[in-house]
Amino acid sequence: MATTLFDKIWDAHVVQAIENGPQVIYIDKHFIHEVTTPQAFAGLDKRGIKVCRPKQTIATADHNVPTKDQNLPIKEKLSRHQVDTLIENCKNHGVELYGLGHPFQGIVHVIGPELGITQPGITIVCGDSHTSTHGAFGAIAFGIGTSEVEQVLATQCILQTKPKKMRITVDGVLGKGVTSKDIILYIISKISTSGGTGYFVEYAGSAIQSLSMEARMTICNMSIEMGARGGIIAPDETTFAYLKGREFSPTDFDAVVEKWKTLKTDEEAIFDKEYTFDAADIEPMITYGTNPAMGIKISDTVPANDDAGLEKALQYMDFQKGQSLKGKEIDYVFLGSCTNSRMEDFRQFCSLVKGKQKAPNVTVWVVPGSKQVEQQAIAEGLDIILKEAGMELREPGCSACLGMNEDKIPAGKYCVSTSNRNFEGRQGQGARTLLASPLMAAAAAITGKITDVRELM
Amino acid sequence: MEKFTTIQTTAVPLNMEDVDTDQIIPARFLKATTREGFGDNLFRDWRYNNDNSLKEDFVLNNSVYSGKILVVGKNFGCGSSREHAAWAIHYYGFKVVVSSFFADIFKNNALNNGLLPVVVSPEFSQKLFSEIEKNPQTEIKVDLEKQEIEILTTQEKESFDINPYKKTCMINGYDDIDFLLSLKDKVEEFELSH
Ligand code: SF4
Repeated sequence: MATTLFDKIWDAHVVQAIENGPQVIYIDKHFIHEVTTPQAFAGLDKRGIKVCRPKQTIATADHNVPTKDQNLPIKEKLSRHQVDTLIENCKNHGVELYGLGHPFQGIVHVIGPELGITQPGITIVCGDSHTSTHGAFGAIAFGIGTSEVEQVLATQCILQTKPKKMRITVDGVLGKGVTSKDIILYIISKISTSGGTGYFVEYAGSAIQSLSMEARMTICNMSIEMGARGGIIAPDETTFAYLKGREFSPTDFDAVVEKWKTLKTDEEAIFDKEYTFDAADIEPMITYGTNPAMGIKISDTVPANDDAGLEKALQYMDFQKGQSLKGKEIDYVFLGSCTNSRMEDFRQFCSLVKGKQKAPNVTVWVVPGSKQVEQQAIAEGLDIILKEAGMELREPGCSACLGMNEDKIPAGKYCVSTSNRNFEGRQGQGARTLLASPLMAAAAAITGKITDVRELM
Repeated sequence: MEKFTTIQTTAVPLNMEDVDTDQIIPARFLKATTREGFGDNLFRDWRYNNDNSLKEDFVLNNSVYSGKILVVGKNFGCGSSREHAAWAIHYYGFKVVVSSFFADIFKNNALNNGLLPVVVSPEFSQKLFSEIEKNPQTEIKVDLEKQEIEILTTQEKESFDINPYKKTCMINGYDDIDFLLSLKDKVEEFELSH
């Protein structure tokens, strides 16, 4: 029978199926971080058991960490306690921790791929919804809750009901200034924040295939923003080239690649739902509201339909129906988060910023996704470009994506952000988030206003 | 996990769609290392002003509504996978959340914590909202054994779906880990051929 890529990987990981119930799925790699694990480790300790497969468990500290002076103890007491608890738990259970000060430290979804831990055909979970990022490599990767983290720590397995399958095909060539962030914001604006609920999404089509690994990760990352459990892209030469020579890539690389090449959806395979979009219809995107589906092309205006949710969102954002966002003054720009904090994002941002100055009304936070990205940015002289533009390269972490550390956007202020969520208060109480690509963020940083990046290119 | 069989109580109507987990429990309250205490910060920024005074117009602060059932709009619990959202609702005192549509991870998290997510039709959801808003004393009965939800004042009923395995877990208070631990040999066998 013709099967999908998702089926192939899923079926190869079923340890046991429960009649009328969920399936027991074997997990190859389990990423953990400080926020969603303390209660899970406490559960293991209460049962008097140890982490089942510590070598398949990878830990980092990212959500709570400061993005300045990481060599000093974390000032905020609760954050410090949470990070210390992770250190203690990893030590007790023999789990490798890439904590503060480690050259591999960074946002969990940035370090997995860059270290070559994320590989085609495997299953990955993490107590974090953006685990979907890793699907860019042709892996099944999804976010889980803390009780499930405890299940995986205890047994290396998880109970899951098999999701339905959706395919989203994007064909054609992207226009000038249009990036993978715009593709995914465009898709979510079309199918809503719940359009993918219950599904696992495969992204296909020539526009997707033409993307770099970094750009593919941005797309899979935001699958959760349409409610999907995860996103997946069939591995190809781009994938293999990316993985070659990474820290934890297979040593018998060429032999493994031959196996990876078989990981694709059969031609006759049937999906429960299909969407097709034309790349040429996508423009640089920006969000105007308080969920990621409230996004428009930069040349469009805020919708004007009668809808209580829209009205509540516009009240929070202080925008009007039918308004164009172009020219609207902003206060902050955030380049960072697991959506857009990799080298390609930094290179794109800096390509626009180079030789220019940030607008005086704007505060710009530039936060790399990992220590390796930070070091590479310095090696390429991007820190100098940023400095000359009046910006500062910080140290890695989630930062203003969710404001668990000091990096919070003040109430009422507008922030053009390369992160993934514009929920009320996400970047700080009362903060107003406008999601966009690194290029659009750079344009806003230079002009101090929401700007169509194509006008600067 | 606490056992759940039936419940009969008044309900609190939160008639909003797409309520995300950042609203249910904002990130700044995720720094705890235990499961307790999250109930105080449930819907923190909708419940309280910055000076910690109550926002009068938010439904949880409206004393005419009370009970152990929270009735919510569609796509409830979207966004972050934080289980803290389910803990917050549970520790606040709710035993059941009713919606016409839940986000996936939230639903799993609720089930893993003895908080029953009941999925009803959009029509029944509308009936629930209008009956409760008309008469806040309206009692709702949820029977997990029969998989039935009933508005007692009007005697309107609807049956709901739940995965049979999860139903058994909820009724008996079992959690998944006990079950998975019992499969140790099978897992090791799987690893050998994997
Ligand atoms: S960067 Fe933001 S979305 Fe990504 S893992 Fe961190 S908090 Fe979550």
